[in-house]
Amino acid sequence: MTTTLQNPAETVAVPSRSWSAWPDSQGRFGEFGGKFAPETLMPAVAELEAAYADARQDPAFQAAIDDLFFNYVGRPTPLMFAPRLTEHAGGAKIFLKREDLAHTGSHKINNAIGQGLLAQRMGKRRIIAETGAGQHGVATATICARLGLECIVYMGALDVERQAPNVARMRLLGAEVVPVTSGSQTLKDAINEAIRDWVTNVETTFYLIGSVMAMHPYPMMVRDFQRVIGVEARRQAHEHAELGRLPDAIVACVGGGSNAMGIFHPFLDDESVALVGVEAAGDGVETGRHAATMTAGTIGVIHGMRTYVLQDEAGQIMEAHSISAGLDYPGVGPEHSFLRQSGRADYVSVTDDQALEGFKLLTATEGIIPALETSHAIFHAARMAATMSPDQSIVICCSGRGDKDLDTALNAMAGKRH
Amino acid sequence: MTAPVTTSPAASRSIGIAATFERARSEGRTALLPFITVGFPDLATSEEIAMALVEAGADAMEIGVPFSDPLADGSTVQRTGQVALAQGTRLVDCLELVRRLRSRGVTIPLVLMGYTNPFYQYGYDRLAADAAEIGVDGFIVPDLPAEESDRFLEACRAHGRDLIFLVAPTSTDERLRLIAERASGFVYCVSLTGVTGARSDMAAGLPEYIARVRATTDLPLVVGFGISTAEHVATVGKHADGAIIASAMINAIEVLPPAEQPAAAAAFMRNLRS
Repeated sequence: MTTTLQNPAETVAVPSRSWSAWPDSQGRFGEFGGKFAPETLMPAVAELEAAYADARQDPAFQAAIDDLFFNYVGRPTPLMFAPRLTEHAGGAKIFLKREDLAHTGSHKINNAIGQGLLAQRMGKRRIIAETGAGQHGVATATICARLGLECIVYMGALDVERQAPNVARMRLLGAEVVPVTSGSQTLKDAINEAIRDWVTNVETTFYLIGSVMAMHPYPMMVRDFQRVIGVEARRQAHEHAELGRLPDAIVACVGGGSNAMGIFHPFLDDESVALVGVEAAGDGVETGRHAATMTAGTIGVIHGMRTYVLQDEAGQIMEAHSISAGLDYPGVGPEHSFLRQSGRADYVSVTDDQALEGFKLLTATEGIIPALETSHAIFHAARMAATMSPDQSIVICCSGRGDKDLDTALNAMAGKRH
Repeated sequence: MTAPVTTSPAASRSIGIAATFERARSEGRTALLPFITVGFPDLATSEEIAMALVEAGADAMEIGVPFSDPLADGSTVQRTGQVALAQGTRLVDCLELVRRLRSRGVTIPLVLMGYTNPFYQYGYDRLAADAAEIGVDGFIVPDLPAEESDRFLEACRAHGRDLIFLVAPTSTDERLRLIAERASGFVYCVSLTGVTGARSDMAAGLPEYIARVRATTDLPLVVGFGISTAEHVATVGKHADGAIIASAMINAIEVLPPAEQPAAAAAFMRNLRS
């Protein structure tokens, strides 16, 4: 039996298989993903693929990850019932998977630990990374300090300005932060520059990518390191006194999509669980100033992968816009494109203003200041809960804490009053 | 396609990539393949730069298609692409430029160099068909490795165009064989482990690397990335069939007013022959 995927460009027949069996041996999720990398990198990509395949089957490697997850990150993170947010929304019970409590303040550390240990195992002592908001850069600088690895973080020059506290944190942790002045001077250009560094220093260097994106094996590998979110949440849902079974829906924000992929993946074969990704609509999808890749984008090739992308008719990549630097990316991880096209997950979008409402809402009802990225998921989950009954339940992936965003959020709220 | 409304003479055709390298070999010289970014410093001047290079004896030319995210390019080519994009230069303009060069009597091979996404959006088959009609000999696509090339390769073969693959010093012998099975036209040998850009020295190990590539294919071998001086060209000529000239030439001409750039490009290329 085959499932036929439709899009304007082509039709691809996909063999029916378990959702969790992707990607295929070519690194493809249906027609998405792949390895669109310069030839110079292809041998390194193959080396990484082989090293990860070996590590993933090695109990000692998994034990090293588990040890750092437990002792260093503070895992498992709680699955918390949010009574006042639930009451405010007036419908389904809302639970929070508290990745904001992880060391460094977001889920990004899960992946940084996995890849950092893999780099160490491969004997690569020079680590490069890209960062937008700085959360992945901080997580990478953190694990590099912990493992004694050299760390260079590429960051768009505009982001260096708007995320000064995270730049200071990275430098304190011993990382070199390189402002990128090419192109739009944001995350996509930081990725270009990191890839250029990798092309140049490929023999000595490990590229520690921060999301479920770029060329295979990164989307699979980053997902695997973030799966711990969903694995824990699934077990905790069954054990939770207020829940005791699978939730009816899971809601997570999507930029590149690593926290969403991490929490979605262990639930993919649980067809009763609705999976909802929330993209950034910026000023509104209709204004063109947004980052809602799967809502308004088309299929293309960027940063090594075939996926949905914001682009003009001639295939030039457009600049994304979001109040949240972590969602401000014109592409998305290829597995999300696959889940969207196949209908297993739904993707919606939330504007900057709505995200700010979500930010205030969680702070006021639960005493938790969420990241602006996470605030998108909060807003949508509250909106969604209102349409559901009290015997139903939603789990929100509370992907990060909002300390880094206070200036941005307060300025935006002040601006609105003028 | 619509026929041009002007009464220009019938467009010239390419003499072909194979014939070009045979001729250079019989004349005992290294083929020179300059690179231009279409739309830099502006569309009209880039056409005149191309014409000047042809008149100065370029053996073939790389017609650079600007892209927003050129991840294999160093700062020089990035900069030219940003200027071209800001003026609205797109793939259709690149095809149109080739059409004009052919109508002006250009017969050397003209090869489009660009990233996957603009080609993918245009449609691989449509692009290969239009290329055949207009007189584009082939394509160089730095982010389309052998593993991802099937669809475009099929379209190129169907329309008699060459998909020109890149190899790198990091390519294993196994990968060189994989690429050789698919390659046509010539093989683009990236000289160094890095991005495009002028360099003061050629990479050590070039002879051994080129010999490894040569062992897998009889196609002409062209070396690119970092070739900046006549001495570099001479070094390349000892081992390979051609040399690509890009960033060093751009660096030399971009400081000049647009009107002076075509002559400066021609002079730069002539100096590489001496």
